Amino acid sequence: MYTFISIAQLKEDLKAGKINCVDLVNALLKDISSKKNLNIYLEVFESDALEQAKKVDEKIKSGKAGKLAGVVVSLKDNICYKNHKVSASSKILEGFESLYSSTVVERLIAEDAIIIGRTNCDEFAMGSSNENSSKGNVLNPLNEKFVPGGSSGGAAASVAAGLCHVALGSDTGGSIRQPASFCGVVGFKPTYGRVSRWGLIAYASSFDQIGPITKTVADAALVMEVIAGADEFDSTVSQKPVPSYSNEIKPSGKKYKIAYLKDCLEANGLDPEVKSAVSKQLDNFKAAGHTVEAVDFPYLDYLVPVYYVLTTAEASSNLSRFDGVHYGYRSQNATDLESTYKKSRSEGFGKEVKRRIMLGTFVLSAGYYDAYYSKGQKVRKLLQEKTFEILMNYDFIVTPSTPGTAFEFGKNSADPIKMYLEDIFTVQANIAGVPAISVPCGNHSNGLPMGIQIMANYFDESKLFEFSSGIK
Amino acid sequence: MSVYDKYEAVIGLECHVQLLTKTKMYSNDAAEYGALPNTNVSVVTLGHPGTLPRVNKRAIEFAVKLGIATKSTITTENQFARKNYFYADLPKGYQITQDKTPICTGGYIGFKLKDGQEKKINLIRIHMEEDAGKSMHDIDPFETLIDLNRAGTPLLEIVTQPDFRSGEEAYAYLNEVRKLVRYLDICDGNMEEGSLRCDANISVRLKGAKEYGRRTEVKNMNSFRNVQRAIDFEIKRQIDLIEAGETISVETRSFDAVNGTTFTLRSKESANDYRYFPEPDLQPVFVTADYIEGVKKNLPPLPNDLHNKYVNELKLSEYDASVLTESKEIALYFNELISSTKNYKSAANWVMVNVKSFLNENALHINDFPIQPKVLSQIIALIDEGKISHAAASQKLFPALVANPAKSPESLATELDIIQNSNSGEIQALVEQAVNKFPEKITEYKNGKVGLLGLFVGEVMKLSKGKADPKVVNQLVKEQLEK
Repeated sequence: MYTFISIAQLKEDLKAGKINCVDLVNALLKDISSKKNLNIYLEVFESDALEQAKKVDEKIKSGKAGKLAGVVVSLKDNICYKNHKVSASSKILEGFESLYSSTVVERLIAEDAIIIGRTNCDEFAMGSSNENSSKGNVLNPLNEKFVPGGSSGGAAASVAAGLCHVALGSDTGGSIRQPASFCGVVGFKPTYGRVSRWGLIAYASSFDQIGPITKTVADAALVMEVIAGADEFDSTVSQKPVPSYSNEIKPSGKKYKIAYLKDCLEANGLDPEVKSAVSKQLDNFKAAGHTVEAVDFPYLDYLVPVYYVLTTAEASSNLSRFDGVHYGYRSQNATDLESTYKKSRSEGFGKEVKRRIMLGTFVLSAGYYDAYYSKGQKVRKLLQEKTFEILMNYDFIVTPSTPGTAFEFGKNSADPIKMYLEDIFTVQANIAGVPAISVPCGNHSNGLPMGIQIMANYFDESKLFEFSSGIK
Repeated sequence: MSVYDKYEAVIGLECHVQLLTKTKMYSNDAAEYGALPNTNVSVVTLGHPGTLPRVNKRAIEFAVKLGIATKSTITTENQFARKNYFYADLPKGYQITQDKTPICTGGYIGFKLKDGQEKKINLIRIHMEEDAGKSMHDIDPFETLIDLNRAGTPLLEIVTQPDFRSGEEAYAYLNEVRKLVRYLDICDGNMEEGSLRCDANISVRLKGAKEYGRRTEVKNMNSFRNVQRAIDFEIKRQIDLIEAGETISVETRSFDAVNGTTFTLRSKESANDYRYFPEPDLQPVFVTADYIEGVKKNLPPLPNDLHNKYVNELKLSEYDASVLTESKEIALYFNELISSTKNYKSAANWVMVNVKSFLNENALHINDFPIQPKVLSQIIALIDEGKISHAAASQKLFPALVANPAKSPESLATELDIIQNSNSGEIQALVEQAVNKFPEKITEYKNGKVGLLGLFVGEVMKLSKGKADPKVVNQLVKEQLEK
């Protein structure tokens, strides 16, 4: 049995002939089926994966293999892959097959990655525990009584459980970093506009980014090098050239200026063990010669409200296309156009999605627009400026990834606000649009992993990878 | 004075101009009319999950063209916005349009009314948006059929101030809009095919009143004439209601072309809340001053400017000017023609009569007309120099030239033997010959029967085989008789 450590190691082993892609995929397929109870994969692309594995093996033999040759990747169920089903874990897209591939999938395949299947997630990426999937809960592979986090719960679990090498997730308010933290793996959210959203089922367009969940920071850097960059199909993507992240990740010995947000470490509800784990890391940074300073950020209370006003507004519009008319689920009880809309959407969407559509419709409606949406936009701008100000003076902002470790199923279900506060440390990066990474930071006394989050300035991915790869 | 004369109508128009771009507003799908249903539909048009719009640069250029032509202020930072509503032919559940930053604001469109009076209509805004698909309710007996070919095709919406006072003004304005978009080559202006569409907002008030009356919006008028009819009907309907002591309900009405009336479509109370907000999938498009200059350089002359030039500078009649500017190609031909002749009236007549009837008879477009403007100007010159008669030019030379466009008019005229003789010496001989033929008539003429002049002139023309210049002949015969 092959134990995956990192992409670099895998490539060496493939090149040396210690293992081949077909055997690798077969072994993973076996593991996936033996761990079916975790409910990670909604669908395994068995024959496609094996076919691609064969092709890649030949390419490796002839020395023509791409950067991700043999790397087995899972896709969150909101990333389109031509002629494959995609449902955003929603009943409303039951049976829907994408007619095209997302840009990220095209780029992965062009570099000889192997797509193994699609992973469960919160419906339309709305949730922090994966409890909002119409396909049932994903269990945390480290302790099945606990949630894997969300919304990319299946993605993080697929890497943690060793059921693929790399997972692609999407992050709108922490949906990559929070589950990565809960599952003890690395989760990376790129600068807004670094990765094309073409083929990502939209939740909130001005917040969404696709990013990798990996075992190591170096793996995340390599995957980013492949998927990032200009794309004619997404006009919000930056034209900036993509640096060779995988080369630039080598330790530079540079001494950085690091800010930590006092308000985060003093926040109500922060688990004391998480606090001390992060504090210990900050001490380590100091010991390594970096400058570490506390910075005021008295806006913590605004982050989650602004996030929910703006993301639900965009979501209410983005999800209008799921109307039972053109594709996806249509209610059997529909009798005319209006009942097709009402019944298909009432039956097809889950509770949390409907809550957010209604919230978003409300904040955009005449008479409330100025009080909510406009104000939300203004506060977002302010939070962007304040975040940018800090990052002009410091290389990084450090916070815990989440207030606590993974929680038990049902614990936050009764109170959506409590669930929303799971995102309190992660939403800042999405509101500001800056890149952020969550890396494992020790284990809690409950046996579950904790994560530390590092944010950097716009398009400072290289520096962020270089620094965070040193975190032990 | 009729009761209707107490009132004044206040009308504003919203026109949708479908742009002649090859592809759609936010995707690469073809934007052609008449393709088989649902063939110009990619995943973007279908609104499939994960798809994103991108802006058609050509549509921006067209909007800027119209903006310059209407003397509008052109917006530098153009944001797009989503207009949210559910309908079966709107696959995304929202239309991408512009809300707070329309690409053009504050321009105007000037034109002539039937009586030659100049009318100026101020524009509130022109903005870019995408069209919806088509719902067809009358093809299948049980189902509504959806064709998404049109979904996503680019539109400009021109919204006027409430500057119209009658249906006739609206009709004249629409004609000018059609002329303008055709001159600019941005729309085919075909209202029957739906590439130019128009809704009217109509209210009435007592003359001199400051406040606007309660207004109705009328839709579904598929020709300029029907817009005029609908407006005139609606004005009368509203006045009748007010005179009967009733109030106008603020509502959307539809025009029934069969009996020329309007009827309630929906009340404004049930109107949608469109929840406009900035389109997060598109970056703002910046239109720079340099870009606008570049577009300006390539702008053709505009119909109303040409009209005014023809009347004021060339001293042509209003009628001539309007015929000549009716189509851009004719106007451009005429423009070239007058660069090589100063006889503007004659040039106008040649284009309006000879050229146009030739094109009509042969079902040709002016672009396929074989005689170059410069060559046509040579015919005019031959007439003006007295070398050929207008009749010979129009009946013999013109058809011959059309058949042999490579030849010069003068050599063709020589071949046709229609060059007039204006040599007074030679003609004088013929005059004497003719006069001497009828000595008794000379006496009658001298006794006051001046009508006999024609007899002598006719005789001279006969002797010259039609080639003598009739003006010269007339003069010489008179002199001879009065000796």
